[in-house]
Amino acid sequence: MLNEPRSRSAGTPVVVLTLVLAAWLEVFPLPEMLDQARPEWLALVLIYWIIALPHRVGVFWGFGVGLFQDVLMGVVLGQHALAYALVAYITLLAYKRLRVFSPVQQSGIVFLLTGTAVLVAYTVQNMTGTTVQGPLMMLLPALVSALLWRAVFVVLRQVRRQFWVR
Amino acid sequence: MLALVLAAALLLADQRTSWLDPVRQGLNLVVAPLHYAAHWPLDAGGWMQQQLRTRAQLQQENARLERRLLILEQKAQRLAVLQAENVRLRELLNSSERVDEQVRVAEVIGSDPDPNRRELVINQGSAGGDVYQGQAVLDSQGLIGQVVEVGPVSSRVLLITDANHALSVKVNRNGVRSIVAGTGRADRLEMRYVPETADVRKGDLLVSTGLGGRYPNGYPVAEVTSVTHKPGHAFLSIDAKPRGRLGRLSHVLLVRRSEIQAQQPGGGNAE
Repeated sequence: MLNEPRSRSAGTPVVVLTLVLAAWLEVFPLPEMLDQARPEWLALVLIYWIIALPHRVGVFWGFGVGLFQDVLMGVVLGQHALAYALVAYITLLAYKRLRVFSPVQQSGIVFLLTGTAVLVAYTVQNMTGTTVQGPLMMLLPALVSALLWRAVFVVLRQVRRQFWVR
Repeated sequence: MLALVLAAALLLADQRTSWLDPVRQGLNLVVAPLHYAAHWPLDAGGWMQQQLRTRAQLQQENARLERRLLILEQKAQRLAVLQAENVRLRELLNSSERVDEQVRVAEVIGSDPDPNRRELVINQGSAGGDVYQGQAVLDSQGLIGQVVEVGPVSSRVLLITDANHALSVKVNRNGVRSIVAGTGRADRLEMRYVPETADVRKGDLLVSTGLGGRYPNGYPVAEVTSVTHKPGHAFLSIDAKPRGRLGRLSHVLLVRRSEIQAQQPGGGNAE
């Protein structure tokens, strides 16, 4: 571990790359039925990196990722930025507990976190425009996200170990 | 905390002013490749399908298209005569001549993943030529929406089914004017503020009026699917189905505003 200072912040490109991949999945064309249940890929990847690297990935990453998603989806700037900054903040508060939780418990927390993100974004959208669907329907993506959390977690952990991200 | 305040400030700034347009434009350049990339698997699928066609299939398709072309050409012949006649009649009425609109084709590279919005992303932007905000977008069957955001290499189209969208139409059969508003669902539009006594029937074709200067006059928009009288309500409750095949678009047409309409003061009619 001689090169400790140099490798302390290794792997930022990898983090960014996984986020870009998540954004790609976010706009991937899906049939109308599945579209309703599209998981919040960006939120999932963001939450993972906050749990894994809380000293580096924090609220401002959440803000940046959210801003990116705002442009990606063409909504009012700040809608997802607000939601993801909030989620990042909550995750930062709880990351120590999250790390020792069992997979099922983690999924439950992820449901709450993505649910928060979805509902905050929904509230903003409701204020700035018109929403068609009820808020309960909007929680479906959060549910799917929670179900997919374990898979995302395993894949990203592999990525993190592979590329020495720390 | 700071991030939250910043986000709230951004929200306000973007909602009320146009200060953030450069930011949006810049980020758009990053986002557009993602839309292109997300569209790529579909493209590849289509390409594979084309490559794996048999000769017999292609010949069959060719024959079918030739027949169709013949029919359309025959219709176009009559159209020339009708157009000339229309111009003469308009001269008689002292009304201005309608100019042919120019169209350009754009490919749909993405649709909005947000179920609360009905939008498309197309592969034409300010770099490729004159796409402008408020430009009308058609498919082969009818009007489908308007351009709301122009990026460098891609643009966003707001569909007529979006809950934030409304446009002025008239019934083709008798010229009864009304407003057609989106409902947020893919195949349903609503006709608003039609008085109980108005003559609107199931199956009526609704065409754009061009009032408001945003959309060109006379393109089919929707077809009435049901008319219900509700006792105690001041207006009829009318459902319509969009003519354009909004769910399965692969190519769309962008209409350049004709000269006459461009001279009119452009007031927004999209609510």
